[in-house]
Amino acid sequence: MQGPLIDTLARQGVSRRTFLKYCATLASMMALPPAAGRAMAEAMAAARRPSVIWLPFQECTGCTESFTRSHSPTLEGMIFDMISLDYQETLMAAAGHQAEEARHTAMRDNAGKYLLIVDGSIPLGVDGAYSCIGGRSNVDLLQEAAAGAAAVIAVGTCAAYGGIPKANPNPTGAVSVSDIVKDKPIVNIPGCPPIPVVMTGVLAHYLTFGSLPELDDKGRPKAFFGETIHDRCYRRPFYDQGKFAKTFDDEGARRGWCLFELGCKGPVTYNACATVKWNGGTSWPVESGHGCLGCSEPDFWDAGGFYKALSVPADPLGFTAAAAMVGAGAGVAGGFANRAKKSTAKKTHEPVTLDDLEVPK
Amino acid sequence: MNELQLLTWARGPGLDIAVGIFVLGVLWRLIEIYTLGRKKDLAAPRRAAGASGLHTVFRRSLAPPGMLKRSPVSYIGGYTFHIGLAIIVFLGAPHILLISNLTGLSWPALPAQLIDLVAVVTMAAMLVMLFDRITKPAKRFLSTFEDWFTWTVTFLPVLTGWLAVQHLLLPYTTMLALHILSAEILLIVLPFTKLFHAFTLFGSRWYNGSANARKGVPV
Repeated sequence: MQGPLIDTLARQGVSRRTFLKYCATLASMMALPPAAGRAMAEAMAAARRPSVIWLPFQECTGCTESFTRSHSPTLEGMIFDMISLDYQETLMAAAGHQAEEARHTAMRDNAGKYLLIVDGSIPLGVDGAYSCIGGRSNVDLLQEAAAGAAAVIAVGTCAAYGGIPKANPNPTGAVSVSDIVKDKPIVNIPGCPPIPVVMTGVLAHYLTFGSLPELDDKGRPKAFFGETIHDRCYRRPFYDQGKFAKTFDDEGARRGWCLFELGCKGPVTYNACATVKWNGGTSWPVESGHGCLGCSEPDFWDAGGFYKALSVPADPLGFTAAAAMVGAGAGVAGGFANRAKKSTAKKTHEPVTLDDLEVPK
Repeated sequence: MNELQLLTWARGPGLDIAVGIFVLGVLWRLIEIYTLGRKKDLAAPRRAAGASGLHTVFRRSLAPPGMLKRSPVSYIGGYTFHIGLAIIVFLGAPHILLISNLTGLSWPALPAQLIDLVAVVTMAAMLVMLFDRITKPAKRFLSTFEDWFTWTVTFLPVLTGWLAVQHLLLPYTTMLALHILSAEILLIVLPFTKLFHAFTLFGSRWYNGSANARKGVPV
């Protein structure tokens, strides 16, 4: 694709007005000042088009699906027009040696300047043999590609935190990008899959300001991961009123009451689903009647079960019966010991006589 | 360990250990206390009207004449925070859910805002009582480490729970984990400190009441 982004968009039927509106929305979503929308539009329209290398590791391609199939093929999909995507196995036409060649060329020609996008976790077990591309392990490829990258964007919970491959007992020894890459700026865009607009927002921010957006302590853009699902949920008033769905098809569920008791992880999940929604603002998991799984949090897979409320035990109690037996046993033993002590005291008791009380002269 | 892992630990192994120690301690102490027995009273019983174990259980909950005026903080503050704790623990929705999960028993909850208000009032009452304990020379003289310690372990679950709900100080996930951990500390400590009065209170009142009844003294 050649020429500025705005021309490409125009060819795809996106008017300048629509583009400006989109940039303004993006800027406001990221809590940037109003002028940033225009700056963003100008920067993106001019499109310096940084080289981007996208490495897929131990993943399910769901993240790529999420971006490529996001609502209107021209707006969220714009991320692929904003950048020069020089290597993306799923989307590129080339395969085999040609694909590897494209990656090497991009890395050589844009050394120190390209963006590295990673989806999927990196297995370290058996010297990384669990996932290899072109005969090389993921960890090897990542270290090579990260060395010349300006920044790394870890897309999806697998790349950001290890995700499902890292779930207990983690058979492949999966780790996150930030466990391997220590000397480059890393943006985590977790989610299973992540919200496409977050990716667009981060790229737009990078194109406009030449820097990465402000991140939280887990490396996520604060603009999208600053608040919990629960706090922004339209069902929140029902939580406050104590109105809960008890099963997925009871009266409460039909009335759209809070899904806390059905295991919703909204209170501990930081993500933008409740405000941005999915499929072009059509709906999102809680709106469709299912609790939040907490997919943008590290180790969400091992957080005590998707259908268990946050305030109930994560595991069945295992010690209680044994503890009750030990406690009762200790009580009975204590009782016998006390009785024995009492009877000994009784036996050795010597009545006090008047003589004992007399003060010796 | 990140905060979600801490929360999952608190909800999993942490809760298991805490409930285990709690059940162990409660059974141990109750059985030991009730098997102690007392010497047989050989005197002829002298029953008086209104004197019995049951009467005493209720009568001891009321302030004796004049006492409310002499130490209003102890009575009003004590009532307020005990009732407040009971409301929070037994009528807060997440707490009922926990009880229902552990025992199968369930009942309707109070609205979250009301529980929130009760938590604030409870904490205020507890702080006033602590201040009173510090400033009144007699109370301070009678206070031991156990008194300060049990006040703290009782106060912390209320404070952390309220902070978690209000999103203050720390992220909700961390605060919720701390809340559950503080409640677990309370569970572990309860059977082995004066907090065990939650279990022995009515039994000992009954015992004193019935002993006094035999002596013909309605107390």
